[in-house]
Parts: sequence; C-alpha cells; structure tokens
Amino acid sequence: MIAFLIRRLLQGALVMLAVAFIAFSMFRFVGDPVTNMLPQDATLEQRAELQARLGLNEPLPVQFGYFITNAVQGDFGISYRNQRPVSNLIAERLPATMEMVLAAVVLSLVIGIPMGVYTALRRDSWLSHLFQAVSLAGISVPTFVTGILLILVFSVWLNWLPSFGRGEVVELGGWSTGLLTVSGLKALIMPVITLSLFQITLIMRLVRAEMLEVLKTDYIRFARARGLTNRAVHFGHALRNTLMPVITITGLQIGALIAFAIITETVFQWPGMGLLFMQAVSFVDIPVMSAYLVMVSLIFVVINTIVDMLYFVVDPRLRVDTGKNNTSA
Amino acid sequence: MTEHKVTSPVLDVRDLHIEFDTRHGALKAIDGVSLQIAPGEILGVVGESGAGKSLTGTAITGLLESPGRIAGGKIHLEGHRIDTLSQDEMRRLRGRRIGAIFQDPLTSLNPLYTVGRQLIETIRTHLPMSKAQARQKAIQLLSEVGLPAPETRIDQYPHQFSGGMRQRVVIALALCADPKLVIADEPTTALDVSVQAQIITVLKRLCREQGTAVMLVTHDMGVIAEAADRVAVMYAGRLVEVGPVAEVVKSAKHPYTQGLMNSIPTVLHDVERLEQIEGSMPRLTAIPEGCAFNPRCPHAFSRCRVERPNLIAVGDSDAACWLVEDMEEPLLPRSETAKTATLSDHHV
Amino acid sequence: MSTLTQRFTNDWRRFIDSDLFYSFRRSPITVVATLVVVTLILSAALAPWIAPHNPFDVGTLSLLNSELPPAWIEGGDPAFLLGTDGQGRDVLSALLYGARISILVGLASVAFAMTLGVCLGLLAAYVGGAVDAAIMRIADVMISFPPILVALLINGVARGVLPPEMQHDAVIFVLILAIGLTTWVQYARTVRGSTLVEKNREYVLAARVIGLRSRSIMAKHILPNVIGPILVVATVNLAVAILIEAALSFLGVGMPPTEPSLGTLIRIGNEFLFSGIWWVVIFPSTVLVLLVLSVNLLGDWLRDALNPKLR
Repeated sequence: MIAFLIRRLLQGALVMLAVAFIAFSMFRFVGDPVTNMLPQDATLEQRAELQARLGLNEPLPVQFGYFITNAVQGDFGISYRNQRPVSNLIAERLPATMEMVLAAVVLSLVIGIPMGVYTALRRDSWLSHLFQAVSLAGISVPTFVTGILLILVFSVWLNWLPSFGRGEVVELGGWSTGLLTVSGLKALIMPVITLSLFQITLIMRLVRAEMLEVLKTDYIRFARARGLTNRAVHFGHALRNTLMPVITITGLQIGALIAFAIITETVFQWPGMGLLFMQAVSFVDIPVMSAYLVMVSLIFVVINTIVDMLYFVVDPRLRVDTGKNNTSA
Repeated sequence: MTEHKVTSPVLDVRDLHIEFDTRHGALKAIDGVSLQIAPGEILGVVGESGAGKSLTGTAITGLLESPGRIAGGKIHLEGHRIDTLSQDEMRRLRGRRIGAIFQDPLTSLNPLYTVGRQLIETIRTHLPMSKAQARQKAIQLLSEVGLPAPETRIDQYPHQFSGGMRQRVVIALALCADPKLVIADEPTTALDVSVQAQIITVLKRLCREQGTAVMLVTHDMGVIAEAADRVAVMYAGRLVEVGPVAEVVKSAKHPYTQGLMNSIPTVLHDVERLEQIEGSMPRLTAIPEGCAFNPRCPHAFSRCRVERPNLIAVGDSDAACWLVEDMEEPLLPRSETAKTATLSDHHV
Repeated sequence: MSTLTQRFTNDWRRFIDSDLFYSFRRSPITVVATLVVVTLILSAALAPWIAPHNPFDVGTLSLLNSELPPAWIEGGDPAFLLGTDGQGRDVLSALLYGARISILVGLASVAFAMTLGVCLGLLAAYVGGAVDAAIMRIADVMISFPPILVALLINGVARGVLPPEMQHDAVIFVLILAIGLTTWVQYARTVRGSTLVEKNREYVLAARVIGLRSRSIMAKHILPNVIGPILVVATVNLAVAILIEAALSFLGVGMPPTEPSLGTLIRIGNEFLFSGIWWVVIFPSTVLVLLVLSVNLLGDWLRDALNPKLR
C-alpha cells in the first residue's frame, strides 16, 4: 500500500507539473506580462525592473523554474485587472466556493443514491419511470437555466430567497463561512440546488446502472439461493458492491462541481473562485486564470488520491495481505 | 415401474413446462420433464449446454427470472407443493429446505465480506441462533466440508481462498440449515481435475451422512459416473432417458445417450477414435416435430418424425424412444433395417 | 470505394429490417424527439425566410414596441407573437436566428471534434508506441477536466492571442475551436479501441504484406466498423456542444449580443429578470432545453439500440 501511495503521489506530481507548464505558457506567451502588470503610465525603468524581477531575461527553463518555485509558495503574481496579489484574491474566494460545492455534493449523494437504488429495484414502477424522466431533464437543463428559473420563481415572484450574494458571513480564523447565519443559509439554498441538480441526476443514473449490473452477478443469485431476505440481498450485498464506483465518480464530480460552480456563481453573483475566474477570462487576466487552473488541478489530484485510498478501506481485495493465503489451499 | 419410485421422494417434479415469453411468442425451454429424487440419493442431470438442465434446477429453487416462467406441471418437496408458493414463502424454503451450489466458486461469494460473515448471515436467516452460536456452527460446517484451520480461515475474504477451497465454502453455505435437497449446478466444472474429485467426495459423504437428496447438474458424464446413483439425460428441454448410472453407462437405451457415452474417452475400451454425434442440438425456436432428436438420430424412422415418444420402461431404465417400445432388450434389430444392426455392432 | 458504398447500402437495408428500426417505431418518445429536432433544425435553417421580423435590422426596431408581452397576454401585439425585449426586438424572430447560430456552432464543433478525434484515434492505434502514449495521455488529462473549464481556458487564451480588431469576427470560430478541442477525446478513444482490434486481423496484415498502403487499409476496413459507436458519441456530443456554447455565451465570452445565440439571448433575458418581463428569458430557455433534451433522448435511444448487451 505504501508503494501504491508513493506511485499515486508521483503521478499526481507529474500531472501538477504538466498543469504548471500550461499555466506558465499562458502566463508567458499570452499577452505581455510586463505591460499588463504595470499601470499605463509606467516608466521604462519600472518596466526593466519588473522584467528583471519576473526573471523574464533568463532562459525559458529557468523562468519555468522560477514560476514553479513561486507557485509552490502560493505566489502567482499580480492580477492584471485589479493589481492585487492573485493568491490573496483566491484565498478570499475559496471558502465561498468550497462551502457551496461541499453542500452540493452532500445533497446529491443524499438524494441521488436512494433514487438510484429505488429505480434499480423497482424498475417498472411508475415512480421509477418518473425519476428516469426527471433525470433526463436534469441532464438536459443547463445549470444557468435552472438558476434563472429558481430566481424567477423564488426571488422575483415569491420573494422568498435572495437572488445574489452570500448573505451575512462570519469570519472563523481566516475562513469566512455563511453557514452560521440565517441569511447566509438562505443565500446558499438556490445556488446549491442549482449546482447539485445535474449531479443528483448523474449519481442516480450511475447507481441505477451499477446496481442493475451487480444484481445480475453470481454472488447475488447465490445470496438469493441461500434464502437471504430481499433486504439483506439488496442493501447488505448489492448496495455495498454498487458503491465502489460511486465513490470514484463522486470524487471526480467534486472537481467537476468546482468547474460548474463558475456558471452557478455567475448566475447568483456568488463571490467565489468561479466568479473570479469568469471575470479573469472576460478581461484576459492571465495570472488569475493560471492560478485558478493550478488550484483546481491541485484539488482534483488531492481528491483523486483520497479516492484511491478509500478503495483500500472498502475493498478487501486491495488490502496489504492480499495473496498471503492464496497458495495455502 | 422401478423400485426407487416407491419410497417417498424428497423432490418430485411432474410434467414441468418452462416457457420464455419473447417478441416472437412463447419459447418452450422445458417440455414435460418429470424427476424424482429419494432421500440420500444423488440424481445426475446431464445434457449439452442449452438442454435445460440448469433451468430445471433454477425453477425448483424458485429463482426463475422474467421472461422465463413455469407454464405447467407440479413440483413437490417432501410432499408439499412448492411451485405455487408466494415469493416470500419460497425464499424461506431456499437455504432452509433447498440448498444450492453454483458453477463458479470464484463468483459465487461476495468479494467484500468475509466467508464467516456470509455463513453467519445465512445461518441466522434460517435458524434461531445468536451470533456466537452461528459462528460455532459456521466453523463446524467449514470443517465438515474439509477446510483446514476453519477457526482462522472463517475471518478471511473469498479472494484469500483457492478455487477448490471456495467451492467447499459454497457447499458449506448451501448446507447451513441442513436442507433436504441440494441442487448442485455444475459444481466442479470450473475446477481443476484433481480438485473436482475432492469436491465430489465431499458431496457424496455429506449426502450419505445426512441423507440429503442431491440434484447434480453437469455436462460431464465422468462426474456423473463417479458421483450419481441415477442419471437423467436431457435433450432440447426434454427428458430422453432416466435410469441407474451403471445401467445407463453400460447399456444406454436412447440413441442420444448412446452417442453421449460413445463420446467419452475410457481406459477400458480401446477405441481408435471418439465417436461424435453428427449435427447439433436444435435451437428453442426450431425444435423438430416428433422426437426432438430425430434429425440427428441414425435410427430415425417415419414415426419419430411425427409422433413424440414418452418415457417407456426398459429394464431398469426409462427411455423416450420409439425403438424401445415393446422391447425387453434394447435395440434388437427386429423390424428395422440393417442400419440398426450396424449400430448394435458398434455398441455391444 | 464501391465496397464501401455497397457496405453502406447493405447496412442501410439491415437497418430498415433491424431491431434498431423496430425499437425506433416502438419508442414513441424517440419519435417525438426526432420530430422536435427536425422541426427545430428546419425552422432554424429557414430563419431568414420564416422569421416575422429581422431582429438585427436596427432600422425596423422601435422603442415604442419594447417590452411587449406575448400576444395572448393583455397588452400584447399579434405582430409579436412571443413579445419583445427591451429594445423592441421580436422574441420569436430572435429565437429563430438564435437557434440557427446555436445549432450551427453545435454541428460545426461536432464535425471538428469528430475529424480531430477520429484522425488522432487512428493515428494513435496505427502508429502505436510513443505517439499512441502521448495522444492517449493528453486525452486522459483532458477528459479528467470538466469541458466547460477547458473551453473557458481555450476561449480566454484565444482572445488573449488574437488582435482586438479581429475578435468580433473570429468569435464564432473561437467557440467552435474551444468546444471541438474539448470534446474530441471520446471519438479518439472509440476509434482507437476498434482500430486496435481490427489492426491485428489477418486481412490487414495480408494487405500490408502485399504492399498496400496502410492509409487505404484503414479507410476501407476500419472506418466502416466504427461508424455505429461514433454516431452515438456524435449525437450525445451534439447536445454537449450546444450546451457548452450556450454556457459560454451566457457567461458573456461567447456570441455577442449583435449576433446572439440561444445562450446570449438567455444572458440578455437574465438582465431583464427583475423588471418582470419573464418572456425574454423563458422562451430562449425553453427552446434550448427542448433542443438539448430531444438530442439527448435520441442519443440515449441510439446507444441502447446499438448496444447488444441491453437487448
């Protein structure tokens, strides 16, 4: 397991290196960083000084080295648009996005898994058909349309929920949370529903497909042949085996959710990383774009590694003692 | 009538019909099969793949899945009719009265749970036992099926066992609640030859000691010859011959059974090359009129093509063949032509 | 070439007799979805001729007509069936033109992604070795990132690289490029898989031995085998492409308001949300959802019908 962990970490490092290279290329070759980072009335000396400070006179590999060294320390340069350090901007925005994304993940698992199980076990009931139909709609309705419709109904027409922002936030040691105030929680409702609708659908369909697959296996047939109750067969055996791939997909989906958050945050003017990135794309604010890319990739890699570790917990076949007794029979 | 039908059988299947509903209408997969198994008896059910052996077993356990359904006939277990029971009543019988062993021990066990958990779960489903009692019983079962060091191995996962050991675990699982009938569906097919013999020995011993009736489904005549008391031969969803193993092996009555026997290599007879039956079993959509075997039968005559033969007693066996009608001895070339004679040359 | 066409006609005949066509007729939802898609594509294609107004001809716009509700609501004008937006543009006409652009970008992106993916997939499988490894690694990395993020990055970079005066005209091509580069991976994987199987068949080896060029071998034997799966991927990806374009336009980095797609129209409508003129946002949203849903239904059915495992 240690060897596996090390291999996974190395792979992760390699992916991060590749992403860093893309980020660096964007930074170096899209537009002129010096012109963009300085105010318009900057003198030639200021230019030369910044150029030297950014290491732009060095050979490219050395520049890449600088870029990585800085990035590891959280230094992604200065935003072209508002002339502030990118790391500060990201740090401010991170809590808003993470709270929304994690709430959406929890919601989609809590709703998606039972729906998937139900539609797999009662394939022909009318409720299953309804769930199936709704799930197709869930995949086909774009996030921003969901958001707009929710705003139209609950903010414009009914005036129940706020249509933008995070509400009141509380600072907890550098982490601003909206989970502790009523207005913060109210502000969270619609963005989270918007963000998780697609995920609910996805998890439901995945659980359904996996469960149907598992129900066809020999060990489920054998479990039935042993006279186990339907409950034991479905929930004791089938569900547990179904959840293995669900773990993987959920891990991957957290990454996808962070990206989908770009749209949700734009619709609800949610002050998170996605909105920041969107503004960066509109203004071609390359340092913010590359920092966002690196941040998101880092989250991906970390989550993927955690998911692989979880597999060891769930699947006994992968544990260290595998094979120890294989030959004894 | 032969004598084993006199003792009250554990399993009594009468005129079983199984159909599959498809877009093209109902397909007859099992067509009028009748079987009896006495306590402590091992009945081998043999035939090519697709002949309906496993399907018969599945129907008895009540695990037939849509679009398959029992279209006719009766199944009695220990004198009680079971094919009309509700799903939940049937579930209670499974594992309690009817044990099942599947073909592939590698896939029959849930890989995520220890064998102990799977055993205890099954025991406690059927018997009123505490966890500790069930665990004791599980260890005892594992040792009965010949698993060494059951006290430690009970806490291991299926992947830590070899194929043969896993099949022993599967047998232990099937015997959890001392069922009266065990349906073993190709229990040795997926195993090495050396392990096959061990598994057969275990099955035979348990059957003898506990008086369990066993329906041993296989396509391997060698396994039948070694393990079974009686054998039922199936072809295209029908029973073609039933009889004591020695009788069927030595002097098969039905031409299909003869072909089957001739295709087995033996050490006793020094044969130049193995016989094979020409052609292949018909698909369910195209079962011929009359005797299903007639297109491949070297002795088929006009009656075989129009009228379906029922099982007829010949000696100790029953065979569904017009050739044996009114015959005391099999395949006497009475009214038939030289064709039949050549075959008996082959055979006798 | 004749073998290819012959094969295709045979396939077509098989298709008509097949379970595929049977399942098509048996699935009313699929038939409806097909009708919706065909209707939408036709009316979009014919927009310049069937649209009651030209929403982009500034001369015909009048602020007097602005913010009119749909015709069946009090205050509506029968000349503007689905109402007008804040500048007096006819919503129905804008919709038709918008759908035209959405579908156009969708189809073009699918065509681009398919060409790219099929070529790279064939290349990877046929050359093998380092080329294969490189292409498939890139594919792995790309597919692990959400398409919208990749599309946004490509879009942002493209706009950073292009000179400002070209940006307005180039935007549609930038979109097609960004969406295409985001969605080629599935085609490449599908083609590579089938090619690897086919590549080692005897006839390919035989053809090579007698000195036929590998490119013609591939075209004749391998492509016909992957048409089915590719078609499924393409159908599903048409929905994906339309969605990505709509999202980019909604986010303000896609089609400009002077040349709006459905996504741009929804963006415009979103700005009017609080003034209570819901029709400016609801109708484009409905058309977008209807279009994507129908294409998805078609793709779903096609996948199930072509997948022998599920029959």
